[in-house]
Amino acid sequence: MIDTLRLTAEEALGLLERRELSAAELHEAYRRAIGERDGELHAYLRTVEEPDGDGIPIALKDVISTAGVETTAGSRILEGYVPVFDATVATRCKQAGLTLLGKTNTDEFAMGSSTENSAFGPTRNPWDPGRVPGGSGGGSAAAVSAGLAPWALGSDTGGSIKLPAAFCGNVGLRPTYGTVSRYGVVAFASSLDQVGPVARTVRDAALLYRTIAGRDPCDSTTVDLPAPVELPERDDLRGLRVGVPRQMNELEAIEPGVRAAVERSIELCRELGAEVDECELPLSIDYGMPCYYLIAPAEASSNLARYDGVRYGFRAPGATLSELQERTRDEGLGDEPKRRIMLGTYALSAGYYDAYYGKAQRVRTVIKQEHEAVLASFDVLVSPTCATVAFELGAKALDPVAMYLTDLLTIPSCMAGLPGLSIPCGLSEGLPVGLQLIGAQFSENTLFRVGYALERALGFDPVPTRLAA
Amino acid sequence: MSAGWEPVVGLEIHIHLKTRTKMFCRCEAGFGGEPNTRTCPVCLAHPGALPVPNRQAVEWTIKLGLALGCTIAPRALFHRKNYFYPDLPKGYQISQYDEPLCRAGRFVVPGPDGDTEVGIVRAHLEEDAAKTVHVGGATGRMVGAAHSNVDFNRGGTPLVEIVAEPDLRSADEARRFLQLLRQTVVELGVSDAEMEKGTLRVDANVSVRRIGEEGLRTRTELKNMNSFSYVGRGIEHEAKRQIAVYESGGEVAQETYDFDAATGLLTPHRAKEEADDYRYFPEPDLVPVEPPAELVERLRDELPELPGARIRRLEDAVGFAGAVGLVTGGRDALYAAVVAAGAEPKASANVLMNQFAATGVDPAAVDAGELARLIEARDRIPRAAFAEALAQAGEPGFSADRHVAEAAVTDPFELQPVIERVLAANESQVDLYRLGKAGLLGFFVGQVMRETGGKADAKAVNALLRERLG
Repeated sequence: MIDTLRLTAEEALGLLERRELSAAELHEAYRRAIGERDGELHAYLRTVEEPDGDGIPIALKDVISTAGVETTAGSRILEGYVPVFDATVATRCKQAGLTLLGKTNTDEFAMGSSTENSAFGPTRNPWDPGRVPGGSGGGSAAAVSAGLAPWALGSDTGGSIKLPAAFCGNVGLRPTYGTVSRYGVVAFASSLDQVGPVARTVRDAALLYRTIAGRDPCDSTTVDLPAPVELPERDDLRGLRVGVPRQMNELEAIEPGVRAAVERSIELCRELGAEVDECELPLSIDYGMPCYYLIAPAEASSNLARYDGVRYGFRAPGATLSELQERTRDEGLGDEPKRRIMLGTYALSAGYYDAYYGKAQRVRTVIKQEHEAVLASFDVLVSPTCATVAFELGAKALDPVAMYLTDLLTIPSCMAGLPGLSIPCGLSEGLPVGLQLIGAQFSENTLFRVGYALERALGFDPVPTRLAA
Repeated sequence: MSAGWEPVVGLEIHIHLKTRTKMFCRCEAGFGGEPNTRTCPVCLAHPGALPVPNRQAVEWTIKLGLALGCTIAPRALFHRKNYFYPDLPKGYQISQYDEPLCRAGRFVVPGPDGDTEVGIVRAHLEEDAAKTVHVGGATGRMVGAAHSNVDFNRGGTPLVEIVAEPDLRSADEARRFLQLLRQTVVELGVSDAEMEKGTLRVDANVSVRRIGEEGLRTRTELKNMNSFSYVGRGIEHEAKRQIAVYESGGEVAQETYDFDAATGLLTPHRAKEEADDYRYFPEPDLVPVEPPAELVERLRDELPELPGARIRRLEDAVGFAGAVGLVTGGRDALYAAVVAAGAEPKASANVLMNQFAATGVDPAAVDAGELARLIEARDRIPRAAFAEALAQAGEPGFSADRHVAEAAVTDPFELQPVIERVLAANESQVDLYRLGKAGLLGFFVGQVMRETGGKADAKAVNALLRERLG
């Protein structure tokens, strides 16, 4: 009997290699777990019956195109849309032998922080089904956390991998912009979107990142990794400089339990041999979010223009073309995409461009420079991934700005194109707390090293308490 | 043009590059084909599909920019131009905005009274839209149509847009500019530039002003003129209309018109929905285009001598019109070779521009030496035979001498009246011949040959004379 709640991807790979288990048996074990627990959690939008390879299974966020398997991005407007091609990351998973378990739930077009914006209903947090799993990639995080997949891919625009990882108690990497192909990934905000791994351990995350990273001729914004991905092995942090940005760690909104867990992790860094010092990121924290909410919606307003009911997906009837398009978009898109399309259209409009989009781009450059300056003195920056633990379903559903603020700490480094790793660092009131590690461009190996050493030292049990029995 | 007024014309030209594949995907580009057979997730804008620029198209745009005297940007950007239209699957066109590949050029158009310098504001690279066909309804337009079909074969074809300064002052000048530009593009090998196929499209901005007046008045835009002569007629019509408006005390409104070739009328253009604000912003799916200086220099070195310069060089020998005709017809290289082979310049120019042009024979396929001999022999063979010989001038092994020989007149109906004339004018010699002076036959043959300008077949004449003289 396979305990999918505890099996890591590395262990699963070992079982297959030693032929102690077949790919079909492994696939079946996860399908059984899904059958038992996903009725309550709704991590998956759809599952695949038979494994399409001889490796271990993987779950893909439903923004990742899978040839022959419906891909909706959590939106009604893509209901029934079956891609004719695989996203490059899906192809790379296939080439590595990974078998598709299913497509995981997401906020519509990855727009949200709780997965409540999915047109197909919310996903629930495996630690407490009354709470959200975070978003937008709540489906992938909940699936990994509840043993419904050994690992998964998510996509991150302003925190959609890191935040759900924090809320669900697993490891999530948002890679350096340009290291993972976006080809075939339903676009939200092209200059920010990055695909990354969600896993139960740091080593699993590194392994999955190694599988998907690298230049893709189909995505002009990708580059080759300057160095190969290394699986972390060291227990210590000697020789590393850890920065603690004041503005990110002294935020008033940080809950006491979250603060305590993060402070303990920072103390651990010292004990493991790192040099720890305070640092400053004042502009990035003040302006990151407002700047993000101009650039991301602006790009989204253009990226979502293709959903017009003409070629694929949902179509509402209309006597004229504009009636068809208007009704299709009105009925096919939910409130959050509509809100962002309006915001973005406004920000790009003649007469407003310079004041909004243009200015936001200049601020983005400042945020980048501020991060670069700090990262010249530090190998890694630490902070909470989120000021709070997972909140209750519906708590912020009616207040978009409160929802947006959930991403306050994850957004700035995304704007700077930098990699960020979230690892679980303890519990607060019985719910996981995420620790965010930020590094310079292409510093994933360093993040994995720090994450791994902390993971070992912290000894966090990623199995949700209520499922552990 | 009405006395005291001058038209002010600026042209915008779109040219389809004849790359093997499309601008941002590797679908085959090209004209025609079964609808929607050359498409992929990228040019159909499937979710997640991303553009990858066509290197050949970028190089050709730079080459064209250099031929137009433009500065090549060391760093150019693609922008998104956002609007909803069914033939625009992404809901935006990838184009260039404030950082195009080529800008600030000048293109010299030789004229009968000196050069016209046309400023080139910019030349940029973009993707073409797909083709919408409105079915049913009276107008062939979307309003009133029963339904519309979209063919995405054309969608994503690389397109260069050239924007010229309003430096043209007559319809004639505009035509000459276009002819020369077209010839330049064709010679660079980057486009077929055929208006009837839509691989060259021209919009004209037209205003008028009093001669001597500074500044520009309100302009109108003319679209859908699908030949150079329609461009000329459209500009003439519109300039006349504007002058009439001003002379009757009115004001010209800024508007866009379609030119209807059948009626010669200008009708207000269909308004594109919400076309006012394209919300341009830098295309985040692409990185900036940074052509290396070495590439630009290599392309500059590859430029041939441009048509404008060649017109000026030929003008002395064959006159301005002749030079324009030869160069814009792509026959000036053959002209030079034929003359070098000994043919008379004026006559060669005439033949090449008229009879030879009418045959459609590819000048590059012609043996210039043989053509020179044929041109020199042109007075000794009938017009029809000469034209026929020209039509075969491109075939391998073409021989001028054989054509001249075979073209000799043998037809009795053509020869007999000449023979009658010769005999009537030489009655005494006829008598002498009949008295037995047989040697005179050669004299009669000679006379007939002279009368026919050497085109008669000597054998046939001989036989006919013997028969006639008994």
